[in-house]
Amino acid sequence: MLTHPAGPPVISAQQLSKHYGDVKAVDGISFEVPAGESFGLLGPNGAGKSTTMRMIGGVSQRTSGRLTIMGLDPEDHGPEVRAHLGVVPQQDNLDEELKVRDNLIVYGRYFGLPMSYLRPKADELLEFAQLTDKAGAKVDALSGGMKRRLTIARSLINEPKILLLDEPTTGLDPQARHILWDRLFRLKESGVTLILTTHYMDEAEQLCDRLVVVDEGRIMAEGSPAQLIREHSTREVLELRFGSARNTTVADELQGIGERLEPLPDRVLIYARDGEAALEQVTSRGLKPITSLVRRSSLEDVFLRLTGRSLVE
Amino acid sequence: MSENGPSVREATTGPPYRLHAHAPEVSARRARSFGSWYYAEHVLRSMQGYRWTLLASSVGTPVMYLFAMGVGLATLVDRNAGSAFGGVSYLAFIAPALLASATIMTAATEFTYPVMDGFKWRRVYYGPHASPLGTGQIVNGHVLAITARLTATTIIYFLIVAAFGASPSATGAAVIPVAVLSGLAFGLPLMAYSASVEEDKGQFALVMRFIVTPMFLFSGTFFPLDTLPVFLQWIGWISPLWHGTELGRLLTYGQAIPPWLTVVHVLYLVVLAVVGLRLARTVYARRLGR
Repeated sequence: MLTHPAGPPVISAQQLSKHYGDVKAVDGISFEVPAGESFGLLGPNGAGKSTTMRMIGGVSQRTSGRLTIMGLDPEDHGPEVRAHLGVVPQQDNLDEELKVRDNLIVYGRYFGLPMSYLRPKADELLEFAQLTDKAGAKVDALSGGMKRRLTIARSLINEPKILLLDEPTTGLDPQARHILWDRLFRLKESGVTLILTTHYMDEAEQLCDRLVVVDEGRIMAEGSPAQLIREHSTREVLELRFGSARNTTVADELQGIGERLEPLPDRVLIYARDGEAALEQVTSRGLKPITSLVRRSSLEDVFLRLTGRSLVE
Repeated sequence: MSENGPSVREATTGPPYRLHAHAPEVSARRARSFGSWYYAEHVLRSMQGYRWTLLASSVGTPVMYLFAMGVGLATLVDRNAGSAFGGVSYLAFIAPALLASATIMTAATEFTYPVMDGFKWRRVYYGPHASPLGTGQIVNGHVLAITARLTATTIIYFLIVAAFGASPSATGAAVIPVAVLSGLAFGLPLMAYSASVEEDKGQFALVMRFIVTPMFLFSGTFFPLDTLPVFLQWIGWISPLWHGTELGRLLTYGQAIPPWLTVVHVLYLVVLAVVGLRLARTVYARRLGR
């Protein structure tokens, strides 16, 4: 299948909502994803990201709104929609009774794929997931990162053009995350459309061409990571710690420094174009923070600005 | 399931040494047609890991029961029974009952913990649920696989019963599908219940203790149901084990049953199984589609 840059979006959601009783898990979100894009939903736990993913994945019914995947409504064409997708769920659901390689083969059978295709394909994917030497092992014997890579390998068994990844690296150690990012980046380079949810800003910055910041079931902002930072934050941030007792009281004395001030329980953030200059101003007022740090603005700051809360609590 | 699938592989473009998956439309079409079998295949593959345990218990259980009850106890019973057991030996009387109860007990195990495993512990159902398979096919596939497992166990049981000389009638082998049907009549409603259990607080142990065990003891298994006081006979009437056992006795040694009652036995089992399956499909769809 060729991907046309100006082709119709592979995923289109309009006013998509999902309510559980009175709880509005997803509350009227709209977005479109063109083929080949890497699109992220960034937000804290409970923001409605997973619910959105389950609706896109054609496994959860929406309450209202419109949704199409490859032009098909998942509620009318469930099997057809799901046949287009590869899905990496938030929680692994590998069959631990089966060996590593058999997990791939069994999964491929759900797509009616013949064994003559599945046998070589399973080996190819195990290599891609760096699990070749574990092919005959039981799933229990794998580490968390390996299980995650196996789940990704499994999601690729039908050679999907769209891959849904729900919190792909949550719970993994930094090294395992980097291996995983590398694999995902290769998929992206090969033209696979990635849709991922995350509450890690570094993950979003590394992998997403474009993302939406989601909170309480609604989209707060949309754009590329750089664009979002530019629009909603300053270039640099000065982080000051005065000790937990003083952080909020000292804020008054910091008024006027930088463009914006964000007193948090554990530290005070000063948003400024030039962080070092802001720090000089602080010390010139006779204030002596216990620690100070100047850094570039990140998506975390965007989120804080938009919602008044931090991403990981 | 044939390894090559029902039709020739489609959409294999590119160099011959590098295979590609067929188009999503083909996957969807195949899943719509054969999805239940695909999932059954998966469950059976998972069961293979336990094949020796399963085989050992399939052989060990009948041998143990038939020796203890049919040979040990029977020598005492046969000496005193007269015509209490319809003129056949005690071994012949209890063999179809033991066979049906073994199938039902296996069904009771297969339709409880593995269902919980699918939804909660290892969440095995959520894998196929994200694939082109539908929830109804996941239910059907799981039921098909368990039916295959029940059939295999029941065949082994019957062969051992026959080796003990406890199935004198020529129609004896027909007890196998009857026992499997009894297993499903009990197992499918139980499957629907298991799928509705959100958290295991010992419900399944209670099912075993307060439903399966009394059913085993009071369904005309070891003595004719009408020898029980009337206020206990209802346990037999509602129990799929009693209906299955009565049909089994008809088939293995020609027990006299009025034809209308035979029809009732069959109908009762079929209705339980069908209602159970429909309920299970509803509960699965609701829980997986949340």
